[in-house]
Amino acid sequence: MALCCRSTARILHIARLRLGPLQHRHRVEALPSVVESILGTTSTWCRWTSDRNSSDCSLNPKIPREPTWEPVAENELPPPTHVPADLVDKLERLALVDFRNQEGLDCLDKAIRFADQLHVVNTEGVEPMDSVLEDRALYLRNDTVGDGQCTEELLQLAKSTVEEYFVAPPGNIPLPKREERTAMLKNSEF
Amino acid sequence: MLNLSIKEVSLALREGRISATELCQKCLNHIKKTVYLNAYITVTEELAMKQAQAAESRLRRGKPRGPLDGIPFSVKDNFCTENIETTCASQMLKGYIPPFNATVVQKLLDQGAVLLGKTNLDEFAMGSGSTDGVFGPVRNPWSYSSQYREQSDQDPESDWVITGGSSGGSAAAVASQSSFFALGSDTGGSTRNPGSLCGVVALKPSYGLLSRHGLIPLVNSMDVPGIFTRSVYDAATVLGILQGCDERDSTTVPTSNPVPNLPEDIDLRKIRVGIPKEYHAPGLSQETLSQWGRVADLFEKAGAQVQEVSLPHTQHSIVCYHVLCCCEVASNMARFDGLEYGHRSGVDSSTEAMYATTRHEGFNDVVRRRILSGNYFLLKQNYQRYFVKAQQVRRLISQDFAQVFRSGVDLLLTPTTLGDAARYCDFIQEDNRTRSAQEDIFTQSVNMAGLPAVSMPTALSRRGLPIGLQLIGKTFQDWNLLTVAHWMEQRLNFPPARFLRDASEVDVLGHQRKQTTGL
Repeated sequence: MALCCRSTARILHIARLRLGPLQHRHRVEALPSVVESILGTTSTWCRWTSDRNSSDCSLNPKIPREPTWEPVAENELPPPTHVPADLVDKLERLALVDFRNQEGLDCLDKAIRFADQLHVVNTEGVEPMDSVLEDRALYLRNDTVGDGQCTEELLQLAKSTVEEYFVAPPGNIPLPKREERTAMLKNSEF
Repeated sequence: MLNLSIKEVSLALREGRISATELCQKCLNHIKKTVYLNAYITVTEELAMKQAQAAESRLRRGKPRGPLDGIPFSVKDNFCTENIETTCASQMLKGYIPPFNATVVQKLLDQGAVLLGKTNLDEFAMGSGSTDGVFGPVRNPWSYSSQYREQSDQDPESDWVITGGSSGGSAAAVASQSSFFALGSDTGGSTRNPGSLCGVVALKPSYGLLSRHGLIPLVNSMDVPGIFTRSVYDAATVLGILQGCDERDSTTVPTSNPVPNLPEDIDLRKIRVGIPKEYHAPGLSQETLSQWGRVADLFEKAGAQVQEVSLPHTQHSIVCYHVLCCCEVASNMARFDGLEYGHRSGVDSSTEAMYATTRHEGFNDVVRRRILSGNYFLLKQNYQRYFVKAQQVRRLISQDFAQVFRSGVDLLLTPTTLGDAARYCDFIQEDNRTRSAQEDIFTQSVNMAGLPAVSMPTALSRRGLPIGLQLIGKTFQDWNLLTVAHWMEQRLNFPPARFLRDASEVDVLGHQRKQTTGL
């Protein structure tokens, strides 16, 4: 079943659905109470669910009949993070991108909660992996000039240039405070 | 003519049964007829006809450049194309006209292939539905097949299904037969996902086999150009042209030459197929499950050894991908500041203010949220706990695959998506991140390990929509993967779509799209 739950405070955990033979005969839409007891949330289902009318006895035995994922219990995760207002401001300054509204902030909280599931994995002694090509030597070429000489084409791409310079507004001026930023962005709304 | 494979139409061109300009014109007309799919952002009519004319004169003289000479194709709009607008379906790059071709595009043009246009996608390739671009969502051509319409009693305007994403436009172009092949990109499944939902062959080559120069990057350590075709033989043809070291992309790896041929028949008894048990994830549809079983039976009956294997960290793979993706995105999107290219806001009180407003105006919610999440994970206080942790989990996932392949398994057979294509009205009930977490489940771990994989159209669901299965191969063993895929394809008997030919059968009111031509 596609778990398309609109949970509010609780985050969707991947749950193993222990469907016994009786439940198999029900259409999925009659199962919210089973799932609620696992997830502990009230959920609305979308129509996009599958109909397990009978377990498929003719399925190749090498294929697992049931989902094999183990649920990640709430208590295995670190306590939920809520991003405080000053950190929100810091992120907006670092990224030079705004959250725009409360929904954006909620999305960040959910993204962090989703990422928290990483902490149940034991990674002791494991080297971080940067690239799948780490075991190969980097291919080197001769130190000769190949590409280049395209100043004109590149300058044409910019909105504001003077001779061979890209023109930027004055620097060293900090980004306005949050309230002023909101006003500034509102005015520039497309 | 438009439903032929590249192999067949290339022969027809060389034998003079059709001319390259006729073929190109047919494709362009078909694009106009199927404009309601919203698969194309830019259609380069004049340029395509010019290329077709050049191909025609070469073919007339009996001197085609290769198997792709004169063959019309399309390219996802996140590949740079010289003098042709490249937008990544974003406000940020609307009007951006690159001064160069991406290496893979250049290789195809050098072979004489005819570029029809740039296809639609999710904004900056972020998404799994092709629903979040600034030019609107792409419609799955199967929404207008008689197989789907027979099962549905609703108005086509309300129950059309998505293509999947993010390379939905490319998949739709090939599935609707307006292109013979198309380029997509694959970071977490962006080629295989729409390939599965649109019923076309979708190849994700090994990381490092194809050049990424000119592909506007999403996640540098996982992106690869992807190939859409209607047959495995065609995919192999395109792969043969595109693979190879590129000195403009230092992450490409020299490959062994020459390009091998696809054998017509192989001895399956030498092949060991692994079924990773963790790929029965919650939400897998009954139909996809039975197709998985059907194909496993197919392999076994032919003498292949089919065995259950384990990739223990699969469940955590999607979380790992989510963190690494957001982090690399935060870094890659930093280049869009309005100064050197792309959109620039009118604010000029300070550089910071100009950057902030430019990025506010240029990026949609999905992109901005990923950037902010990425920046959060990269903060000094979070770096170890999230980013480095995710990199460690990435190694574990990569090691899982390596271990299974070391034990003698040659390739893995898994589902590509949880089920068939969802209706657009259902799909948009949840936000992009939630949907990506659901849809990318079976595909993203392959990107994290850099392995080759191909999604094969397998059967139609009860709703009359395609179901796909995925074959995953060993790194740089793309040709062995395609060999087995070719064998599999010939025995699957996937039915072609019966499209409603007459546009008036489809409610196309209100779907006039301005077709723009390249400069």
